[in-house]
Amino acid sequence: MTAVQTATDTILEVNDLKTYIFTRAATVKAVDGISFNLRKGETLGIVGESGCGKTMTALSLLRLVPKPAGRIVEGEIVLNGEDILQKSEDEMRDVRGRQISMILQDPQTSLNPVFTIGNQLREALGIAHRENKSSMLSRAVDALRKVNVAAPERRLDDYPHQMSGGMKQRVVGAIAMSCEPGVIIADEPTTALDVTIQLQYLRLLKEIQAETGLAIIFITHDFGVVARMCDRVAVMYAGRIIEQGDVRDIFSRPAHPYTQALINSVPKLEQSVDRLYSIDGQPPLLSNLPEGCRFAPRCPYVSDQCYEAYPSSYQLDEGHHADCWALDANWQGTPIEEFVPPTGTAG
Amino acid sequence: MAVATNNDALLEVRNLKKYFPVTKGLVLMKTIGYVQAVDGISFSIKQGETVGLVGESGCGKTTTSKLLLRLENPTEGDILLEGRDINTFRGAELQDYRTTVQAVFQDPWSSLSPRMRVRDIVSEPLVVNRNVTTQEKNERVAEVLQQVGLHAQQATNYPHEFSGGQRQRIAVASALVSYPKLIVLDEPVSALDVSIRAQVMNLLKDLQEQYNVSYLLIAHNLATVRYMAHETAVMYLGQIVEYAETEELYNNALHPYTRALFSAALPSHPDLIREDIVLQGEVPSPINPPSGCRFHPRCPFAMPQCSEEAPVEKEVSPGHRVSCHLY
Repeated sequence: MTAVQTATDTILEVNDLKTYIFTRAATVKAVDGISFNLRKGETLGIVGESGCGKTMTALSLLRLVPKPAGRIVEGEIVLNGEDILQKSEDEMRDVRGRQISMILQDPQTSLNPVFTIGNQLREALGIAHRENKSSMLSRAVDALRKVNVAAPERRLDDYPHQMSGGMKQRVVGAIAMSCEPGVIIADEPTTALDVTIQLQYLRLLKEIQAETGLAIIFITHDFGVVARMCDRVAVMYAGRIIEQGDVRDIFSRPAHPYTQALINSVPKLEQSVDRLYSIDGQPPLLSNLPEGCRFAPRCPYVSDQCYEAYPSSYQLDEGHHADCWALDANWQGTPIEEFVPPTGTAG
Repeated sequence: MAVATNNDALLEVRNLKKYFPVTKGLVLMKTIGYVQAVDGISFSIKQGETVGLVGESGCGKTTTSKLLLRLENPTEGDILLEGRDINTFRGAELQDYRTTVQAVFQDPWSSLSPRMRVRDIVSEPLVVNRNVTTQEKNERVAEVLQQVGLHAQQATNYPHEFSGGQRQRIAVASALVSYPKLIVLDEPVSALDVSIRAQVMNLLKDLQEQYNVSYLLIAHNLATVRYMAHETAVMYLGQIVEYAETEELYNNALHPYTRALFSAALPSHPDLIREDIVLQGEVPSPINPPSGCRFHPRCPFAMPQCSEEAPVEKEVSPGHRVSCHLY
């Protein structure tokens, strides 16, 4: 891991974070030593398959890891210059919503079905503002207007079931942004939406970001969303970030075999492919991780070294590094056009 | 909209309509309207080829697949399998049809019965519709399990012992066991993990070659359809707005809705972001679809005639049909 200097515009810095879940049968290493930083106004994409620790990372940042089984065992989360892991639960209440907030995947389940939209918005606004009823109402209307909900005055009295999926997700966004946090974690916010609605939502997030300088952590499994939204990318595999860098570096010169394979296994909209590369096997269980590199059993470039120790991190470009023994300090990068995937089998 | 009878077509759909009544009242039910889920679609599927059906939720993709599987009866129109209307099938003919047309659904967690062993799940189409001995059944199951990349010994396991990708392989095996001519794939990979999707898509392509089976692929991901389908139909509010060979459609999309879908599809590289049409608003209700062209309220090129007159389908180049007043 490269040492991350706390630059003046860094809003969030995560150092060697480890979140484990302790069960009777085993210890699940959901997040196992990840480091990254986030600047103001920047979008960081965290990509990975299900069970790689993306969502646990997000919950750790909010200190909402399910208790008592889950625990942050090590590391630092420096938000606006303060390590939130040192804060008490009372102090955390001032952090959540005001400094860092979250948009969840499914708006159907993240909104309460028995309260109106206006009620739920005012509850969120009430964290930061204690004012009389009419000014709270106008704040709620403003919040809805910001996320492009048409006729917000009338929408306030609607219940969630009266709104479409796209509208509901806008309301969730409005609630998340109601206390003007500096960081928003968006955990697969558009997977439940239709494609044309997804595009509307992604564009809206970009607009709000350009206006307010919000920093967004985008958690997704979809490289398309990353390409559309993110400035930087961190690729996670089995609890660790195996490669991170500028979005163009990751897409044009992916270094880690897993990143390369993942990008190659996605069908392309823009060109026809005769045969997709496919990665054999499945990710390891987080409760039973192999020694050494976690991708080794599925890796086409595997060597003995890979099974012995976890690879060290190689700096490839400014801010672009990957954990792989096959790389060395003189790596020049393979443009994706020339990168010929090893012949895969469909099994 | 009459389509010339295609001799090499395995399945032909002609002017198919399905309206669901919307009722009011409990005792004296009054029909107050119809959901026009599928409203006059025509297409055909050739032997050994894949037709992709794309569109947003509520556009009628799933209703179309149910009509093809004879889980719903059409309000109007015909579905011809090798020239014979499937809605006239009764008794033995219908049983035979049920083994000829199979389906693979989206979610392998809910489509496989947790109480049945893999052998029973896979062999069900054979047992229910055909007379087979236990030995024949077991041999066929072992064979088909190997073809989808599982072990014959795994036939005695239960679905919970498998991962998502393996479960989808079981579902594919079950669809293949009776040597069907057509398989309806309803979002076959969207519930799977990214690295597993390619495995299943490649498997489906290989099996198509091996069995010469046709697929009707229902998907919302345009890139998946491009990879899998030979021909693609774009649906909007129960109608096919554009139909062409996949490569033609992806290189030369004409209908504003198709172009909007392409704009909304996510790029495979940050330098390939192209958004020429960004749609506002949402898909209107199919109970009261807009007059004229159903897309006109959202269409950036809408002209006065679009709200008055429904566009007639035109063949702009061989095999490329589009319903739009612009062409």
